[in-house]
Amino acid sequence: MANTLDQIFILLRNWLVSFLPAALRPAAGVVLGVIAIVCVFPGLFALTTVFERKGLGRIQNRLGPNRVGPYGLFQPVADGIKSLTKEDIVPLSANAAVHFLAPLVLVVAVFMGFAVLPMGRNMVLVDMDAGLLFFFAMGAATELSVFMAGWSSRNKYSLLGAMRAVAQMISYEVVLLLSAVAVVMITGSLSLPAIVAAQNTYTGIFPHWYIFTPWGLAGFAMYAIAATAETNRSPFDLPEGESELVAGYHTEYSGFKFALFFLGEYLAMFSISGLGTTLFLGGWSAPLSFLTFIPSWIWFFSKVMLSIFVFIWMRGTLPRLRQDQLMNFAWKFCLPFTLLDLVVTALWRFMGEGWMRWVVSTAILAAAYVLMGRFGMRKEHFGPRRYRYAE
Amino acid sequence: MTHLLGEGILKGMAETAKNFFGTYVSKERLTTVEYPEQRIPTVEAARVFPFLVYDGADWEAGLRCVACQICEKECPPKCIYIDKSKDKKPDYVGKQQFYPARFDIDVSVCMSCQICVEVCPFEAIKMDNEFELATSDRFGGLLYDRKQLARSNEYYHSIHPTEAAEVDARLGEEKAKVEAKARAAAEAAAAKAAAPAPPAPSAGGGS
Repeated sequence: MANTLDQIFILLRNWLVSFLPAALRPAAGVVLGVIAIVCVFPGLFALTTVFERKGLGRIQNRLGPNRVGPYGLFQPVADGIKSLTKEDIVPLSANAAVHFLAPLVLVVAVFMGFAVLPMGRNMVLVDMDAGLLFFFAMGAATELSVFMAGWSSRNKYSLLGAMRAVAQMISYEVVLLLSAVAVVMITGSLSLPAIVAAQNTYTGIFPHWYIFTPWGLAGFAMYAIAATAETNRSPFDLPEGESELVAGYHTEYSGFKFALFFLGEYLAMFSISGLGTTLFLGGWSAPLSFLTFIPSWIWFFSKVMLSIFVFIWMRGTLPRLRQDQLMNFAWKFCLPFTLLDLVVTALWRFMGEGWMRWVVSTAILAAAYVLMGRFGMRKEHFGPRRYRYAE
Repeated sequence: MTHLLGEGILKGMAETAKNFFGTYVSKERLTTVEYPEQRIPTVEAARVFPFLVYDGADWEAGLRCVACQICEKECPPKCIYIDKSKDKKPDYVGKQQFYPARFDIDVSVCMSCQICVEVCPFEAIKMDNEFELATSDRFGGLLYDRKQLARSNEYYHSIHPTEAAEVDARLGEEKAKVEAKARAAAEAAAAKAAAPAPPAPSAGGGS
């Protein structure tokens, strides 16, 4: 029974496909998978927008939206109708073709990332040997769309927002990739299902998730920071800092194109949370060995939603960083720390089983964290800013 | 004292988490008043838009306004339109006065400054605390005529009790003064008519 429930979507797909001639079955199976992804994640996006607004409200001791439908749950429907009925404005001097393509490129690129995410046992659309690489390649394409939007709008706010976004995303992409490399070093595979399988074993009742190792915890922390920056979420939401840039790269977008940007942003959040879950939180595996009777896809989606909750929680807590703080943090703290984490991961790999490697790697990482936190991030000087080139 | 990197962030996260879960536990945290369903009583001094006070049961006969047009002239955004009547009617002390044949105020122009109330020598125009003035007709619906503006003195008492009591005391005093004067004048006339006796209390009418 538990197994049927676990594989229910696979069985459903196979049953649906069995009505077709044998030659068409593989293609039809993929199409069904794509349809499922294209339906499920925007649905989650709709729910997340309302839960985010309610959660932010609660964080600020407010109620949040509660007017449309029971508990305000139909708010996304109202928002969708509103964005569909709004006028679609393209600035006269904008590059119309690129302006039109930018949101599409974003959404398509983000959707591609879901293709390699294992969302449950056997529930991966394309089991690629280099799935991780494919995911990051697709993630990098979102930067292109952001810059397309900013550049084609012919608006200073859009362009500044886009430039900030690209600078930020490229900086943090390095950290994101390197923190994922640690996992690849241990697993020895770029395939995401293989990475989940490597974590899906238990000692007693406790799972072998990578977050429960010193290098994994450090890697996960760096991954989480970089993922927040990659998805332009607060406190790294400089590209759309509304207090200084109106709305950043999507200033000139209205109506449904704006909604597409919004969708793309949230889908990126889902996919990057999904990848983080896969890499460090054991993907679809259950957190305790006696909980394996609960279907794997439930575990995957609860972990993703938990990450989304943390994203929202951070947004409700932290103020926006300044551009120089953002860059300093990426290059002076995150990158060295992630590189050190790689060294520690290598140590872990080659020190073999035993308690020694726990002590050594924990000591190195903790010492580095404290020292870098104390000396690396220290403010150089206070006082009025000197403009070297403007005088 | 140096802090560990990220310590402040964790502290802040704990604070917001406390808020998040606290709102589900204690209702005192949620200060929001969900307006159309829940209402809080307006404070006594609240003022939104003027109305015309009338005494007695008949609004048209009881209007205190004598169409002196001071408010019309003083109104900064010029939202009051008054036509003075041709005939006269008795006011609250019985004196013959003009009355406003037309008294319109444009809600969309009024800025709730209360200057009309301050300049009115007859306590005829006061501020209402009614704030739900929305209408679907943005031309005629926003121009209130004297019938829409008329409110009884009892209504005035119900929304601004302290102020209305003061006004009533002042008006009563004036009325008493006028009546005493009239009575004194009548008595003097009666005395004069009765006998060419020495004129008795000419100063008796004062208060």
